[in-house]
Amino acid sequence: MKTRSKIEDYLQVLLPEVAAEFCGVSKCYGETPALNNVSFRLHPGELVSLLGANGAGKTTAVKLLLGLAAPNQGRVRIFGQSPHTAAAKMRIGAMLQVGKVPETLKVREHIELFSCYYPRPLPLATVIETAGLQGLENRLFGELSGGQKQRVLFALAICGDPDLLFLDEPTVGLDVDSRRAFWREIRAFVERGRSVLLTTHYLEESDALADRILVLNRGTIVAEGTPKEIKSSVAGKTIRCTTALSVHQVQAIAGVSSVRVQKDGVEILTSRAEAVLRELLARDASLANVEITGTGLEEAFLEITRRDGRNSQREASMEKIAL
Amino acid sequence: MNNSANTANVNVATLDSGTWAPGTPTRTVKQTLRIYFTEAKSEFLIRLRLPGYVIPTILFPLIFYSLFGLTHSQAALARTTVGAYLLATFGSFGVIAISLFGFGVSVAVERGQGWMMVKRASPMPRFAYFAAKIAMAMLFSLVMLLLLFTLGIAAGHARMPFTAWAGLSGTLLLGVLPFAAMGLAIGYLAGPNSAAPVCNLIYLPMSFASGLWTPIEFLPKAVQHIAPFLPFYHLGQLALDRIRGGFTTADWVHIAALTGFTIFFLALAAIGYRRDEGKTYG
Repeated sequence: MKTRSKIEDYLQVLLPEVAAEFCGVSKCYGETPALNNVSFRLHPGELVSLLGANGAGKTTAVKLLLGLAAPNQGRVRIFGQSPHTAAAKMRIGAMLQVGKVPETLKVREHIELFSCYYPRPLPLATVIETAGLQGLENRLFGELSGGQKQRVLFALAICGDPDLLFLDEPTVGLDVDSRRAFWREIRAFVERGRSVLLTTHYLEESDALADRILVLNRGTIVAEGTPKEIKSSVAGKTIRCTTALSVHQVQAIAGVSSVRVQKDGVEILTSRAEAVLRELLARDASLANVEITGTGLEEAFLEITRRDGRNSQREASMEKIAL
Repeated sequence: MNNSANTANVNVATLDSGTWAPGTPTRTVKQTLRIYFTEAKSEFLIRLRLPGYVIPTILFPLIFYSLFGLTHSQAALARTTVGAYLLATFGSFGVIAISLFGFGVSVAVERGQGWMMVKRASPMPRFAYFAAKIAMAMLFSLVMLLLLFTLGIAAGHARMPFTAWAGLSGTLLLGVLPFAAMGLAIGYLAGPNSAAPVCNLIYLPMSFASGLWTPIEFLPKAVQHIAPFLPFYHLGQLALDRIRGGFTTADWVHIAALTGFTIFFLALAAIGYRRDEGKTYG
């Protein structure tokens, strides 16, 4: 028994450890399926974003990883262990969507309490600084603004110096400035070489922070890749122009994915904007009002989830492989 | 004091991290004790800064004692005086409020707001949360009892041998446990907004029917028949017997009843806890 645990210890040193793992996980709430056969891995030092609309299953995934719920099928592991174990919990920190926390406790008292749960907590001053709470240490939680309260919850999540941090919709309800400040704090934490799983329905947030994005739609992962890959998986650019060519003629040009007629011209979706533009100019001398825009993550996301809605489950999973 | 404790801990942490073995992190006994202490301290501070909890639970027993007890404090009752008798009953009344509301309302509210979920996701030992609330309820009860006894001695002409005072204090402090269990059941079964009204709805009529306001002998016969089925009655009687002196078989009945109620309420709380664990939060 003892030998086996020794071997496990050596293996843990030799093999790259997996921070979090979902292996064929399904979870239903009564009759309602929340997650359907989801598999993914989170590696140390990686910031992965779980992106999806409300109700896509993000929070359910986080709850399973935190041991707050058990899957109906499949396996959930945190550093190779069941998320219910104390050993797993001591290596993770979590910022959840919480309505309120006890309001009559001071910021420093809240942090001191959570710090003592962990075997190797960060010094209070480091936590205060990383979470941007300088000068608020002795304020009661109830006296803080919305953004400051979010920072306290962030501080509670990082104070144990966890190897893996969960951030469940951390910037919901924050204004643009507070959100950007919060991103700086998240980056500062990742620079310490720790893993983060961030769930969000803000595409901009995934784009700004994540190394890798998992797009979750109605309980299934429909796309996976770096922000750049996700964006380029969908037609790269949009060309808007007024042209004498018919829709049919435009569609015939190599590289055009789709053409839509707008009231002030056409909108062409393409992965090869330069070539298509050259061809358009060659075929139509009267081409005017040319405007080229890149596909934002927003469009990419809408495109991916829209395709998923149209396609069958099988096609969706093929697409996942293609990405 | 906090500061130095924290710095010391950080130093230990830095030393540790150098020789950190792969595998499972563990906690030392000292660290575990520190969690229980800090958890209890936090719980105490949270309550202390809530005037809506402190003022009613500490002052109401004192006010009621003044209203009912001080007017006829020297009048004789069976084997005691009104002044001493009411210390036992209003002492019970106070301890029950501190325990019932301290658990019932706070557990329901913290559950509803998702705070409980944050705690459960953290590596906090589960029992620390409950132990902290029990310690807090006992500490508040102790403060309330000291004030009440001082009032009783100074203005209520309550005179008892030391053993009676000690027995009464001990009984009432242990009386926290069954009503903490009752509060826990309410906290897990009632919603965050309904827990406080439910506690009040149980607390006020049951206090009256259990003879905590007026001696049970002066209550209508029908109520006297119902009283033995109420947990409040048994704590009140157990406390009164400490004043009257002597330990009788009746006391064993009261202890057995309170133990039974504790188990019953813990079972109810466990059902609620189970239901809560599997529940979806927003």
